[in-house]
Amino acid sequence: MAFSPEDLKIMESIIKRYPRPRSAIMPLLHFVQSKAGYVTNEGIELIAAQLDLEAAEVTAVSTFYTQYKPSAIGEYHVGVCTNTLCAVMGGDAIFASLKDHLGIENDGVTEDGKVSLEHIECNAACDYAPVVMANWEFYDNQTVESAKELVDSMRAGNPKPPTRGPNKLVTWKEASAVLAGLNDGLANEGVQAGQPTLLGLKLSKEGK
Amino acid sequence: MTKLVPVLSAHWDEKDSFTLEAYKRHGGYKASEKALAMDPDAVIQLVKDSGLRGRGGAGFPTGMKWGFIPQGDNKDHYLVVNADESEPGTCKDTPLLMANPHVLIEGCIIACHAIRAKHAFIYIRGEVTHVVRRVNQAIADAYAAGILGNGVDVVLHIGAGAYICGEETALLDSLEGFRGQPRLRPPFPAIAGLYARPTVVNNVESIASVPAIVLNGAEWYQSMGTEKSKGTTLYSLSGHVTNPGQFEAPLGITLREILELSGGVRKGHKLKFWTPGGSSTPLFTDQHLDIPLDYEGVAAAGSMLGTKALQIFDETTCVVRAVLRWTEFYKHESCGKCTPCREGTWWLVQILRDLEAGKGTEADLAKLLDLCDNIMGRSFCALGDGATSPITSSIKYFRDEYIAHLTNGGCPFDPVASTLFVGAGA
Ligand SMILES: Cc1cc2nc3c(=O)[nH]c(=O)nc-3n(C[C@H](O)[C@H](O)[C@H](O)COP(=O)(O)O)c2cc1C
Ligand code: SF4
Ligand code: FES
Repeated sequence: MAFSPEDLKIMESIIKRYPRPRSAIMPLLHFVQSKAGYVTNEGIELIAAQLDLEAAEVTAVSTFYTQYKPSAIGEYHVGVCTNTLCAVMGGDAIFASLKDHLGIENDGVTEDGKVSLEHIECNAACDYAPVVMANWEFYDNQTVESAKELVDSMRAGNPKPPTRGPNKLVTWKEASAVLAGLNDGLANEGVQAGQPTLLGLKLSKEGK
Repeated sequence: MTKLVPVLSAHWDEKDSFTLEAYKRHGGYKASEKALAMDPDAVIQLVKDSGLRGRGGAGFPTGMKWGFIPQGDNKDHYLVVNADESEPGTCKDTPLLMANPHVLIEGCIIACHAIRAKHAFIYIRGEVTHVVRRVNQAIADAYAAGILGNGVDVVLHIGAGAYICGEETALLDSLEGFRGQPRLRPPFPAIAGLYARPTVVNNVESIASVPAIVLNGAEWYQSMGTEKSKGTTLYSLSGHVTNPGQFEAPLGITLREILELSGGVRKGHKLKFWTPGGSSTPLFTDQHLDIPLDYEGVAAAGSMLGTKALQIFDETTCVVRAVLRWTEFYKHESCGKCTPCREGTWWLVQILRDLEAGKGTEADLAKLLDLCDNIMGRSFCALGDGATSPITSSIKYFRDEYIAHLTNGGCPFDPVASTLFVGAGA
């Protein structure tokens, strides 16, 4: 796919955020993913041209970071936390059952292109373990059953909303635009905090 | 006496707590107004006097760090906020930013004034879409209200999934548009940081603590905590407990007290091991329930306060499985720059896998400790050191359990028993 003149303008505005252009590589890679779904050669060439770098330099950065994908993934990218705490509390079981349920392995994509699966590291939500992420939105306190229902809802085209996130799950490309620093206007949706976040505050109000 | 003292978390229970309106309702942006009217050196002195120490793990005095920035050098200075939060178990900055991003922005304005910087960068991990939205919106609202843009600019930089970018010099390389690998120090960031300019790197919670200190004074902050660990902080309780969550308390509270407040270890089970400050801090056991959770108390007991990430594991958890999983994490996240960490973590994983499968021998335990010895203190950055913590501490307290894997010919634990949905038919 070609990038439109409009896209190029957005890329220029991303570069202008920084005192030095090269700093824009990471948001530009997120932006490329928001258009193409993954880091395409075309995207790499374009970033290189805009920043006056070699394509190899951009590739070297891209391959260092796990969120930049070398090939197409699902419209809904599901990450199951299997770092120790979540793993022990059920993350391993959730990951195993999702692989089985979807018929794909780690880093696999379902045939309909709807769902891809990855085991991920601690996502800073351990007080909500076991944690599942979809397009990097929080699905807290998951069970094997709830995780299966979640991916089923994705394949049916009507994904369940995140537990701490906007009212509706956005697509992988839409989420990538947010990670490029673009504002999708959804910041005010969803809860300000879940119950565990508020527990200490609540107890202190009870005089503890 | 109340044990919990919500300062950072005081208004998180209001539905709109993340908005500019809500922040202002509770005196938001009064502290920056006050600080901007002060001499920058007086702000640094105030933060020094408060006793605030960095909440990113190492506990370095924040005011002192600011004081290292050279003055009158006619160079640009930078503030970089570390919001990479990826140390396993650590989950405080993320909910803070989701519930109240403005307190960080106000902290940035004050810190920039103190260190004579015009630019702040917030480096947030990329795996938290909604938190990115909240922070981005807060920045936009602060610009629209004229709070930002009149002397201080804040730029949000979003990472892309690399734990090592939490290490401050790797973070700077990443922010400059390179692979995130640690830099040789010296020069320290205070002299040559971002774009080789004097730079302060601070954790989210450190900077977010500053507005309240400016408003209420150093003495108020000093009055909380212990002799050398002042103020309140967020303790994050997770794992096999009745009620996990965030608990803001003066430094020095004990795990026993937090468990008593929150409902204890999950019903019918008992505490086996826990981390005081994330997976890079040596494990504690039920012997350590009364250790004061401040920098000195935890260090005296052989671990580190770290990020105050209290991950609780009960007797159903296999310590070998837990340690192997953390070690796989460190191996995966090793940036590959130095040999002890890159090769060492790979070998640690191989040996631990064998041990877990009951295929090793007792001599492998000595080999593990020997490898740890060769990584600890010989690695380029603290990731390598951290990788050894779970291994050495678990062998110290649970040697018998490693041996049991060998005599049993495999793991003696049922992994189902440690899940939350055991018995729930899942
Ligand atoms: C591997 C590694 C990961 C780290 N990750 C983080 C992190 O995610 N957030 C953070 O604030 N500090 C992290 N640190 C500590 C930083 O290097 C640095 O000490 C800290 O940001 C300084 O802020 P403070 O003085 O306010 O604590 C990490 C250190 C290492 C070695
Ligand atoms: S200790 Fe590990 S993470 Fe740190 S520089 Fe060496 S290889 Fe990289
Ligand atoms: S271990 Fe899963 S979110 Fe922290």
